[in-house]
Amino acid sequence: MGGNDTLNRYSLAVISHLLLVLAWYLFVELGHVPKFVLPSPMATVQALAVPNYRWVENIFATGAEIFGGYILAVVIGVGIALLFSWFRILEMLTMPLLVSLNMIPKVALGPLIIVWFRYGIGPNMGMAFAICFFPIVLTTVRGLRETEPELLDLVRTLKSSRWQIFTKIQLPGALPYIFSGMKVAAILAVAGAIVGEFLGSDRGLGYLMLQVQVTLDTAAMFMAVILITLLGTLLYGVVLGLERLLVVRDARIR
Amino acid sequence: MGEPFIHLADVRKIYRGRGGDFLAVSEVTFDVDAGELVSLVGPSGCGKTTLLKILAGLHSHEGGEVRIGSATQPFDPACDIGMVFQQPLLLKWRRIIDNVLLPAEILGLPTRASRARARDLLQLVGLNGAEDKFPYELSGGMQQRAAIARALIHDPRLILMDEPFGALDALTREKMNLELLRIWQEARKTIVFVTHGITEAVFLGTRVVVLTAGPARMADNFRVELPQPRTLDVRTSEKFGEYSRCIYRLLGME
Repeated sequence: MGGNDTLNRYSLAVISHLLLVLAWYLFVELGHVPKFVLPSPMATVQALAVPNYRWVENIFATGAEIFGGYILAVVIGVGIALLFSWFRILEMLTMPLLVSLNMIPKVALGPLIIVWFRYGIGPNMGMAFAICFFPIVLTTVRGLRETEPELLDLVRTLKSSRWQIFTKIQLPGALPYIFSGMKVAAILAVAGAIVGEFLGSDRGLGYLMLQVQVTLDTAAMFMAVILITLLGTLLYGVVLGLERLLVVRDARIR
Repeated sequence: MGEPFIHLADVRKIYRGRGGDFLAVSEVTFDVDAGELVSLVGPSGCGKTTLLKILAGLHSHEGGEVRIGSATQPFDPACDIGMVFQQPLLLKWRRIIDNVLLPAEILGLPTRASRARARDLLQLVGLNGAEDKFPYELSGGMQQRAAIARALIHDPRLILMDEPFGALDALTREKMNLELLRIWQEARKTIVFVTHGITEAVFLGTRVVVLTAGPARMADNFRVELPQPRTLDVRTSEKFGEYSRCIYRLLGME
């Protein structure tokens, strides 16, 4: 019964996606839509055959920006949140500053980043980092604070060390929150990397989109969007898989 | 009789706050022999939880004397106190047996012996077969049983319970009352049991301490001379009614 249910849900999800492709195909074919406005699904796939577009290289470039910036944000974001929970004074000093800095639209920094660092994979990684760093810090700080006071009473009567409280109660308790931040950030990281490429770069899927825009190769632009989406889906999937592995079902935040 | 296990004399606690001082506990004087089950009963704000925290060593007290243990049998708060709260406060990411083992881990007790003891305790509280389940797989009453097993794992001499069955439905609560009496008799512990249920206080207690609110002070403290082991028949006895009425009167409800 349960197995059948999930099977049905998966097949329905596949069907809805296929239906969208079918609707796209019919719309283009029956509506006689010009190719430069909306390419057909086949034309989109055919765009992959153009060797000049160097798909593989561009996928790897964008992938490196997304994953690199993201991993950096998770490591530094969680690390800073941990420091905050250990040193309250540091949090009180730095948190308001972070909140203010977060109000800066990261995209607006793009031209500056190019002036400071030239363009390339590194600065675009920085853009992805900047955009997904804050949600991770925020959710982790919140998760580390969420421990029930009575639970702390219980372990305090046992004269537990601060380290024990942290490793046995605070950190595992914060994991669901950390993952909820990581899921939000996974989506933001993709946007960050692509905006970076739009503003200045010499490779990547976003860069490719700007190149083919000139020749009105809409099919290639479509393909690029699909590949960017797949990269984002891959990152999200990895995070989801890690969450399944590390967080008990009941504790997950949906 | 020798020295009492717990000796409280004119204990008093004041919370100092911005809105002025607040008398949380006063005029509390009573002795408890080892192996007794003492009910602390009273309305909200009478200081029963505060008193429990003073006994647990989590709160200081301003006046009076608090002594637990004796010269011949010294009391070590770190390993001689087990606590049970209104919420089970089980760690969601740990299996039941690992939840029970938490205090043993914090105290650094030998792992294998503790595991064996945890299994025995789960048997004692009626949770055989639930060892490898996660908390969300158990009902509220079952979770509270696990919390009781956790309070017993390090073989403490004193168990402090703060309205442990307050969040359960009425029927489960009745059942847990009987279970607690059985566990108390088998484990041979001294239990201090905070409740605002008058019949619960009389039914469970070998001694009842009545606390009143506004101002918070102890109204009375008396032994409950009802036959042991207690059965549900006790509740319909004339003496049971007298004890209950006496508490109602002390709380100004008659």
